[in-house]
Amino acid sequence: MTDMWSMVISVLLAGILTDNMVLSKFLGICPFLGVSKKLNTAFAMGIAVILVMLASTAVTYPIYVYLLIPSGLEYLQTIAFILVIAALVQLIEVLLKRFIPPIYKALGIYLPLITTNCAVLGITLLHFTNQKITSFAETVSGGYQSGSVFLVCMANALGAGAGFLLSMLLFAGVRSRLEKANVPKFLQGLPITLIAAAIVALSFLGFAGVA
Amino acid sequence: MKKNGNLSIITKGIIAENPVLRLVLGTCPTLAVTTSALNGIGMGLSATFVLICSGAAISLLRNIIPQRVRIPAYITIIAAFVTIVQMLVKAFLPAIDAALGIFLPLIVVNCIILARAEMFAAKNPVIPSILDGLGMGIGFTATLTAMGIIRELLGAGTIFSLPVTANVIDPMLVMILPPGGFFVFGILVAVSNAIATKKGKKPVEGLGCSGCSQNGSCPFADMAAEQCQKPADAEQQYGETLKDDMTAKDESKADTPEKEAGEND
Repeated sequence: MTDMWSMVISVLLAGILTDNMVLSKFLGICPFLGVSKKLNTAFAMGIAVILVMLASTAVTYPIYVYLLIPSGLEYLQTIAFILVIAALVQLIEVLLKRFIPPIYKALGIYLPLITTNCAVLGITLLHFTNQKITSFAETVSGGYQSGSVFLVCMANALGAGAGFLLSMLLFAGVRSRLEKANVPKFLQGLPITLIAAAIVALSFLGFAGVA
Repeated sequence: MKKNGNLSIITKGIIAENPVLRLVLGTCPTLAVTTSALNGIGMGLSATFVLICSGAAISLLRNIIPQRVRIPAYITIIAAFVTIVQMLVKAFLPAIDAALGIFLPLIVVNCIILARAEMFAAKNPVIPSILDGLGMGIGFTATLTAMGIIRELLGAGTIFSLPVTANVIDPMLVMILPPGGFFVFGILVAVSNAIATKKGKKPVEGLGCSGCSQNGSCPFADMAAEQCQKPADAEQQYGETLKDDMTAKDESKADTPEKEAGEND
């Protein structure tokens, strides 16, 4: 049991710092560059991504472990996951709209943008290739079918989402300063934003090896 | 369509509408897999295969797929071809498969493919769609390879694993690490902007939603574009519009991308 909790904490921290979704895995670059102009939109987008990551992990994990693996259909993973995630996001949108309008009002606009976000599909696929999780699954009886591995995967999704949120927030701060900076003409717009992202990524490189 | 037209469909994808540098689509794989020139080519060719096949399939089915479910239908078609590519690469090029890792299945959500499906294949006959896919694919492959060569040369001192400056100059390792990806891509965009400006074209429009993955295919593109410009107001306004009328949203969903594509043609 203690093994499981140390694993949970380890994947959480890894998702936020060392294996940051955006800055070291290059997943979800598009919203990272597109929606990070203002702090409040960046925050809302980050929260929406965390929610969708958790929900899609909770749905795709059992589908893969209990449906696709036993029937030898692992190769359908990509198709199954993307369709399930697309349907799920629609469902979340409808449910939020019906039952929790304030949250829908704040996050609703971001949900459709998340459907084909590579970070969300990426994290659901990464649960089954992540070195840490696969080696943990081998030590647990039942492998991926055991509940503790599922919990670790949920922690992984939460960590990845939180890492996404963190990098969005940091970068929104950097960009608000960038707006006022006097940038050489040929670097204006996208180039300087990318170079700023490079410097932010450089700072995250400092966490490498902390694991 | 004239013969000349067919040729221009291919060439525009390579330079004038280069998917990575001019349309700023597919940034994730561009940054992630270009740690070496070979990976760049592998990714580019895989995406080209999917672009051509899905372009052909979607173009053939363009009159059968109902408007309202077209995006899920496109995603399913694209996912099927991605699965084929995954199996082929795994079987014949295991080294590339290991290097590309998760980015091979993630071609499904590569915005270049969905955007071309929505903006071109859904409106055009089969042959032009295939040519469009080919042109876009070549543009994507060429850019990825160029970026892979630059990063590999600076970061490891080799090109296609052949030592160039490796024994003479200490390589800058950071170039093949994540920050180098952002940096090299930024410089490449700056160069392409400078060339475009010299030729009298506009540099790529800042960021906002023109750089977003769903550009061109996202039903919310216009809404989001406005939202990026003036977040608070637009959010409020659209939040209310959405709340008021779900069906109206679906209507506009179906209409807007079509209009856009029409203008582009």
